[in-house]
Amino acid sequence: MSQSVKLRVSNIEKSFPGVKALDNVSFAVRKGTVHAICGENGAGKSTLMKIINGIYKQDAGQILIDEKVVEINSPIEARQLGIAMIFQELNYIPEMTIEESLFVGNWPTGKYGNIDWPEIRKRTLKLLEEENLDYSPGTKLKNLTVSDIQMLEILKAISYNSDIIIMDEPTSAITQHEIQILFNKINELRERGTCIIYISHKMDEIFQIADEITVFRDGSVVDSRLKEDYDMETIISQMVGRKLDNNYPKEEIELGEVILEVNGLTDKEKFEDISFYVREGEIVGFAGLMGAGRTEVMRSLFGLDEYKSGKIIIKGEEVDIKNVRTSIDKKMVMLSEDRRRYGIIPVRNVKENVSLSSLKKFISGGRLNFKKEVETVTDICERMNVQAPSLETLVETLSGGNQQKVVLAKWMITDPDILILDEPTRGIDVGAKYEIYKLMMELAKEKKAIIMVSSELPELIGMCDRIYVMAKGSITGMLNRDEFTQENIMTYATAAKKERELII
Amino acid sequence: MGKTRSSFISKYSIYLVLVALFLVSWIANENFVTAENLRNISTQIAVGTILAFGQTILIISGMLDLSSGSVLALAGVLSVSTYVSTGSLLFSFIVAIVIGVICNIINGIVITKFKVPPFIATLSMQTMARGAALLYTKGQNIYQIGDYIIFGQGRILGVPTPVIFLIITLIVTWYLLKYTVFGRSIYAIGGNEEAANASGINVDKIKMKAFIINGILVGISGVLFMSRVNGGMPNGAIGYESKALASAVIGGTSFTGGVGTAFGTLAGAFIVGFLDNIMVMVGVDSYLQQVVRGAIIALAVSYDIWAKSRETKGKISSAEPK
Repeated sequence: MSQSVKLRVSNIEKSFPGVKALDNVSFAVRKGTVHAICGENGAGKSTLMKIINGIYKQDAGQILIDEKVVEINSPIEARQLGIAMIFQELNYIPEMTIEESLFVGNWPTGKYGNIDWPEIRKRTLKLLEEENLDYSPGTKLKNLTVSDIQMLEILKAISYNSDIIIMDEPTSAITQHEIQILFNKINELRERGTCIIYISHKMDEIFQIADEITVFRDGSVVDSRLKEDYDMETIISQMVGRKLDNNYPKEEIELGEVILEVNGLTDKEKFEDISFYVREGEIVGFAGLMGAGRTEVMRSLFGLDEYKSGKIIIKGEEVDIKNVRTSIDKKMVMLSEDRRRYGIIPVRNVKENVSLSSLKKFISGGRLNFKKEVETVTDICERMNVQAPSLETLVETLSGGNQQKVVLAKWMITDPDILILDEPTRGIDVGAKYEIYKLMMELAKEKKAIIMVSSELPELIGMCDRIYVMAKGSITGMLNRDEFTQENIMTYATAAKKERELII
Repeated sequence: MGKTRSSFISKYSIYLVLVALFLVSWIANENFVTAENLRNISTQIAVGTILAFGQTILIISGMLDLSSGSVLALAGVLSVSTYVSTGSLLFSFIVAIVIGVICNIINGIVITKFKVPPFIATLSMQTMARGAALLYTKGQNIYQIGDYIIFGQGRILGVPTPVIFLIITLIVTWYLLKYTVFGRSIYAIGGNEEAANASGINVDKIKMKAFIINGILVGISGVLFMSRVNGGMPNGAIGYESKALASAVIGGTSFTGGVGTAFGTLAGAFIVGFLDNIMVMVGVDSYLQQVVRGAIIALAVSYDIWAKSRETKGKISSAEPK
């Protein structure tokens, strides 16, 4: 590579109480390249990015821009040095308009210290036009999609003339189509000479967009190479420090009786006439594009939302799911796609989070029996391999993968027969993903039925016995294991409602 | 080991403040640590602290009660008036509890069924209950309450009755929060209401229960208050809800929900009580006392947040508020 080095970090060290987060980390990003960073959660990627962005201060080591040492003490200083960061979890104010959000904290002012709105409007229109974006400056952010808002963040970075843009898992919440738009933008930026640090768990994306790849493990850089010199298996083995013998621990097992049957489930607007069944020991996938209504169906089935009509039959008995409690009592549980919103109680500890849905089990003599509770929770946390300093540790301090295991542990001690897993591996690292697949297989062997909603086709294909495909609120197709291909699934996923009868 | 120490400090920070204040007061005035003075302080803070236990439960669950001072007055005057006309201590006590509970059931319904924010719902109850108390008494105090004074001025084995009520309500609140499904549900709802619901907790039912318990505590406070002031006073206990809120918050109850304990609130109440007492003893101007009392809220809470942030340092990013 001929391009000069734009950003270099050299011998960075950072410790938090009890952990060494970064140990002698050095790497360099060249001008006009996309540099992907891979590593499991907790490998130190985010900590390093926060140091580059001035949120944390390194204990030792240097950051160099254009080979000159710089001090970065705050995100504002980072911005002045041309560094912009686009966070994985976008924090935005829903009531703000596009132009307000572009200039927040950096308002152009008039003579009297007043905000110069005509100037803002002018500059916003210019920016939008230059970047070929079709938004109106007065649109409120709450009316935009996640990818629109992400695009605005990029626009903001451009408006600050940033020449180093850090993107932390930018595709975790956007659709395939939107990813393509994002990639086009990244390519444009690359041609302008901007360098982009791209953090992601998704290998296919990394190979599509990156020029160079650096792998992190346990706070150190394992290796840094050009994309051409890497293959997926090498990266994964470098990330986890061992070779994964098999991506999916799938085994064919004998299936039992039909345990759950759904007939003609219909909601007012989000889905209609949904019928499917699941057998004991079976892993049934739900595929579809974003907005196809998969999550909505599962929420209604679990009692989080109401449905208009239709029948739910569990173990041959028609049940009226009024709320989540009914579902849990019928031994059906749901792991939500949005862990932070529907899964964890962040300010409470591991023990309380895990026992939350089964408290009645621990009542003896009219009060909670802590001994029994601790025993049960310890057992399940060991089985799930939850890594936490103690049961008293607050869940908000755990990594995403461990939080997910805490939520799963909560459901496991309710002793469910049917598990609905909505995007169970979203935002967690490869090692934890594999543990969750293994757990699913174990559960299936115990005759439990599993419904897996996922946007990642490889994992559906890898793990499921059958896959239902949804599009625009209806089931458009059902595939058996021998028919699984990405093409088949995508055909049904993009099918219009009218064609449904023809397809089935 | 550094981690263990800082988590010890954050867990017990408020008690350290209490002990420090106690020691400083002891040094500042020799009359501070006498059996009589400590008994006085306990008696004085009893009514406000019982209210504060109710606030603690509500704040932990992500709500609050701005109506408790007014409902206290309404429950109190109706209770006194019942005593004056029937002569039954038991019956008058029950009336206070029932009124407290009814007003709080209304709070609970407005909040859970009509989705009115607790701030607004209980603010409206504050005005209504005060109005009802004045309406019922035509704005006049009720005097000559006879034996009714034993509720607030009696002693059992030398311990003032308000302190006995304080101890009982403390134990009940502590037990509820620590050892019951209700308690765990309260923490879960305040910590993340949607996740609590998705975990099978009947959020509305638990919120109603929280208000009913608050109502009982407000009713008890009403009886104690009127008994201590020797009359049914419809204009009594104005501003008690904010005193109660202050005790709970100084005691480490988090306004963002999900965090707080009964003993923390008791410590918060004693911090305020000690401070008031020592300021009187060393002759601080009474207006200045108010200024200090206000400032101490900000100080205590700042200290608490600082001590806690030391524990989660480096994890701040994952602990950002929703």
